[in-house]
Amino acid sequence: MNGASDAAGMADMVGTAGMTSTTSASNANRGNGTSVWDAVVGQPIVPALQQTVADASASLDGAPSGSMTHAWLFTGPPGSGRSVAAKAFAAALQCDSGGCGTCAECTDVRNGTHPDVAALVTEGLSIKISQVRELVPKAALRPARGRWQIVIVEDADRLGEDAADALLLSVEEPPDRTVWMLCAPTAEDIAPTIRSRCRVVQLRTPPSDAVATYLSTTEGIDKRTATFAARAAQGHIGRARALATDENARSRREEVLKLPFALDDLRQCLDAAASLVDAAKADAERHCDALDAREVDELKRALGAESTGRKPRNMDAAVKELEREQKLRRTRVQRDSIDRALIDVLALYRDVLMLQLGVRTELINDEMRASLDRLARNSRAESTLRRMEAIGQAREALMANAAPLLTLESMALTLREG
Amino acid sequence: MAARTVDPLVPVTLVVGPETLLAERAVAAVVRAARRAQPDADVSEVTGSEMTAGGLAEHTSPSLFATARVLVIHDVQNVPDAVGDALVAFAHEPVDDMYLVLVHPGGVKAKKLLERLRKAGVHEVKAERLTKADDQVSFVRSEVHHAGGRIDEAAARQLVEAVGGDLRTLASAASQLASDAPSGVVDQQLVGTYFEGRADVKGWVVADRAVEGKTGAAIEELRWALQTGTDPVLVIGALATALRTLARLSGAPRGVRDADLARDLGVPPWKIRILRGQLRGWTPAGLARAIRAVASADLAVKGGVNDSTHALTTALVRIDEARSG
Repeated sequence: MNGASDAAGMADMVGTAGMTSTTSASNANRGNGTSVWDAVVGQPIVPALQQTVADASASLDGAPSGSMTHAWLFTGPPGSGRSVAAKAFAAALQCDSGGCGTCAECTDVRNGTHPDVAALVTEGLSIKISQVRELVPKAALRPARGRWQIVIVEDADRLGEDAADALLLSVEEPPDRTVWMLCAPTAEDIAPTIRSRCRVVQLRTPPSDAVATYLSTTEGIDKRTATFAARAAQGHIGRARALATDENARSRREEVLKLPFALDDLRQCLDAAASLVDAAKADAERHCDALDAREVDELKRALGAESTGRKPRNMDAAVKELEREQKLRRTRVQRDSIDRALIDVLALYRDVLMLQLGVRTELINDEMRASLDRLARNSRAESTLRRMEAIGQAREALMANAAPLLTLESMALTLREG
Repeated sequence: MAARTVDPLVPVTLVVGPETLLAERAVAAVVRAARRAQPDADVSEVTGSEMTAGGLAEHTSPSLFATARVLVIHDVQNVPDAVGDALVAFAHEPVDDMYLVLVHPGGVKAKKLLERLRKAGVHEVKAERLTKADDQVSFVRSEVHHAGGRIDEAAARQLVEAVGGDLRTLASAASQLASDAPSGVVDQQLVGTYFEGRADVKGWVVADRAVEGKTGAAIEELRWALQTGTDPVLVIGALATALRTLARLSGAPRGVRDADLARDLGVPPWKIRILRGQLRGWTPAGLARAIRAVASADLAVKGGVNDSTHALTTALVRIDEARSG
């Protein structure tokens, strides 16, 4: 595979540099209020993408393609809206007027029903090669209705090596009208063979006022809640939305932020770790239980379990396979939930550190200033740093598949010692 | 074993259970008894799935030459329904000089057939797995005894620890020892000469030794455990659980009844006394250090270090240091 790697020869970090430097007119996208770009929050790169859409549109009429190309990689920190940006871009490409947000093309892309926009979303721990193999023939088709045949791979960082190889040939030299859009946290998360075929669109963590404005204008959330949610979510749009709309998420967060104040003895540390794990399990149950049951039902029905009255052959094996995947998904949900909690705790210590160092900056947890002050007075900046380090190590360990309870216990004990 | 004590030659013998060695022996006992009664007895073996009602009739109808016949049906849970009915009918009205041996591997399949056969009063031989160490020890003792030797409890236990719970291996080891023992007496020294080492060391054994401060023993058990294929992750889990339980016990308020304490810690009530013993010698700070040592070993093993034995040994040593303060 690697041998053919330079054939296309349009590897493009250069393109990125060109694009990210076009940051001047950052508010141009908040014009008429209905554009598909409205969902892309606080990203100065939008005008450049709009220019690309214009180029692409012109190229269909025979003009040179300009900044349009056939493979894009959207990178940015979690919650910066990678897949939202990719979808907006896809809609804008399909739309006659560059992403009006109201026409059939735009609505269909938004609803995920557009025949020429396929999205590969995974809820499992990795994208399987069989999923990629289903997608590749689709990418070889001409668009049925729209202007382009677009394939979006969300979570492209979850492509395994073999899955990435299966994708490579198509990403490298797709048919004229096909556009690939991959999304990943950083370009380094993608196999170099694929990365080098893509033009990178780098998103940034949206500033919290942009997130707050987005929440209050498009989701109709009151200003105060929106500001709080945006600040607490630290630029993670989805998390901000959850905090703003979901009472449960808010109380979970409050619960988590009590953790640093309840580490007085060994038992409390262990309890704190256990409650984090239990809450994550509860999250996973809430998220997965109904979904799992429905998927199993659907699979059984698809295999004809109810219609024929006889148990279809191989049904047990298929159900078992599905359940195995569901277990992986549950692991991922659980792990993500713990990670979110750890980020919140990390932000709290970050605030403490700011206070200890006398940095005048906005506190992420401004509403609990009094307790933060107390925590800051009772320890030194060095130990705050050590604590933050311990949280970081715990997050890394969890990503490396360490036992959650044990890791969190170890972290809580380190937090206690400082 | 039961097959040896009663006369095995009955019209229908039902052998039920997953332990193949015992099942084979039960079958062999019937065959041997039949041959003893009539040296030219005719023995045929079939599996349940290939048995047909006609085939069974052929086997069970009176023979022209009036020889005794033994029909062994393996996997009797797979016989077609018609054959099952015929078997039950045979059990009710046996034919002279015809001996059926039905082998069922246990489990729920064809449970009804088993019930009907039992009701018809067939002779049943159990071939259950011997999972308890005590049962295995007495198995070894009876094996040696049958091979014409003698073995005491301690030596038998040593053999079980060295060989593991597989009955076939135990049986052959027992007969080898019995025939090699100079005067028929198998002692610990003789067992030690032939069988060294340990099988089936569980993670919690390592953990128990470690928290008790017997680090040397813990490391030895660890080596055996890993050598015999115990997953390092299980050992980590056992260590973590042991330390966690101790840490919770150490933080438990005074004056709580043992039963409540046991529920709180998630252990059976009798374990509390053992745990109190293990807790002696630990300080809260030491437990904290030990837990962290296990956590870093966990990460090392999961992160794919070359040598998980080394990571675990280091953890044990650090637990020891944490305990002695």
